Amino acid sequence: MPLPKLLNRPAPTTTQQSPNPVEAATEAGLTVVDWIDERTQISQGLRWMMFRKVPKGINWAYTLGSATMFAFLSQAVTGVFLAMYYRPSVTGGAYESIRNINDNVFLGQFVHGMHKWGASVMIILIFLHMARVFFFGAYKYPRELTWIIGVVLLILTLAMGFTGYLLPFDQRSYWATIVGVNINNTAPFLGPYIGDFLRGGPEFGATTLSRFYAIHMMLIPGLMAALIGFHLYLIMKLGISAPPWLKAHEPEPVIETVEV
Amino acid sequence: MNQAEKEQYLREYSLLKNEGKPFFPYAVAKDSIMAVIVMATIMLLSLLFGAELGPKVNPTTTTYVPRPDWYFFFLFEILRVMRNVPKFTPMATIGIPTLCMIGLFLLPLYDRGPERLITRRPIALASGLATIACIAFLTYSGANTGSPNSVSLPAPPGLTAAQRATFYAGEIVVGESGCEGCHEIGSNGNNGPGPPLTHIGAKRAAAAIASTLKNPTAPMPSFANLAKTSPKKFAALVSFLSDLQ
Ligand code: HEC
Ligand code: HEM
Repeated sequence: MPLPKLLNRPAPTTTQQSPNPVEAATEAGLTVVDWIDERTQISQGLRWMMFRKVPKGINWAYTLGSATMFAFLSQAVTGVFLAMYYRPSVTGGAYESIRNINDNVFLGQFVHGMHKWGASVMIILIFLHMARVFFFGAYKYPRELTWIIGVVLLILTLAMGFTGYLLPFDQRSYWATIVGVNINNTAPFLGPYIGDFLRGGPEFGATTLSRFYAIHMMLIPGLMAALIGFHLYLIMKLGISAPPWLKAHEPEPVIETVEV
Repeated sequence: MNQAEKEQYLREYSLLKNEGKPFFPYAVAKDSIMAVIVMATIMLLSLLFGAELGPKVNPTTTTYVPRPDWYFFFLFEILRVMRNVPKFTPMATIGIPTLCMIGLFLLPLYDRGPERLITRRPIALASGLATIACIAFLTYSGANTGSPNSVSLPAPPGLTAAQRATFYAGEIVVGESGCEGCHEIGSNGNNGPGPPLTHIGAKRAAAAIASTLKNPTAPMPSFANLAKTSPKKFAALVSFLSDLQ
């Protein structure tokens, strides 16, 4: 595998004349990169990741997974900005803080809108990605675990949609969430416990909102980031599946002729 | 897949992989173009539709239409349809989605044939298409069950003027309270998850209706707060419902 040119230069010699400032800066930067790489050997892993081969015939349908990931990243970034202004308090103004984001904060409504619509885009992409994997039979041996982690990611994504819906704390979100939690309650066996956990008690109250907020911005995103990492690791380890309609050409048997 | 089929697959795959191209820059280029499209779409949607905020929560006036985001419409719709088989409701609301999820989760463990080409996997093709059709249909009908918040029933004949005024006042309270998110009343509202209320007055006495409103069974929310904060509205609501003979 080719080593990136940057890292492949000759060892510095001590007898050089004093370099000009630009060269000195480049030199310093490279020294830092080298220093880190010597200790972490990260460039090896990066090369393994970037220069691994993808099979013949990879088409646009294969970009849906990374598109889902970009939608997730967009949600993470816009979510951080919203969290800077959001107050998860029923009496202290969850609703007012969102009003403030919409009306006063610079680009507030734009970022809020990106987060809101990004959720829908991510849901569409994750379903399309899943459909691609399903119809290509890409969940079969040896990629079963990748699929199973994917299903967990799907459930978590839907849970993000559910918990996020309450946060603006307007009429529609409040009542839809009450209905949602109540539906959960009617589930057999675990239902009432899940209901109690979500509400933070038997009644829908002040703790419910902060609970939803914590679940929405820490618990689930943390889990998702970890699982996406594992998902991607498996994909790199196993290689992306080839389109099922392609057949490999068996290599010509090598006939060795010995000249006398 | 047995051991031989597994080995065969791995061998084929490594050949195809060797004929392929490096991830960087070929796949990275496509992924980046896709990322730009995704980001542009999200920004465009935000610019076009913004992020409007409804009226503030008010647990006491209960002016609400309990509607989830569009991607949960299909769940809401299952709930509505299954409501017609009351005995199965809990099983249906959480049970069916849970079973589907388990089926999806375990898919690679029960579908283990070596064939990957979809045209040679008739069962997978049929069930995949059927699932997509079901979800599309449920989402569509979930989206179209309107978000009613008014009632258009005429007052029954034989009421005094005062009774008629209460009847219409009650209609407004029903509209405001979002009962029709779950109940059908005349030609308005959703047929489920709650039972139709068009003839509720003939089935239940006013006292029974009032106590249902204060102590309902899930998923119906309690309206005890309404009775406490505006007893007049609550009384109008109860008398309206008991007039629905
Ligand atoms: C979240 C959905 C939902 C909303 C909103 C809702 N209900 Fe219900 N309601 C139900 C369900 C489900 C039942 C059946 C409960 C059961 O199985 O016992 C029910 C039962 C009832 C009953 C008893 C029916 C009978 O046959 O005994 C009455 C009366 C009633 N609702 C009135 C109302 C009124 C009035 C409103 C608005 C103020 C309302 N509901 C709002 C879901 C809802
Ligand atoms: C947050 C959500 C998800 C992210 C970020 C994600 C990301 C990715 C990426 C980047 C790939 C590489 C190949 C491609 O893009 O097609 C991939 C492949 C894969 N994904 Fe996902 N995915 C997600 C959800 C899912 C779901 C819901 C499933 C299925 C239930 C799934 C199953 C798979 C499988 C089996 C592969 C391997 C496919 C192959 O090798 O051809 N993923 N995923």
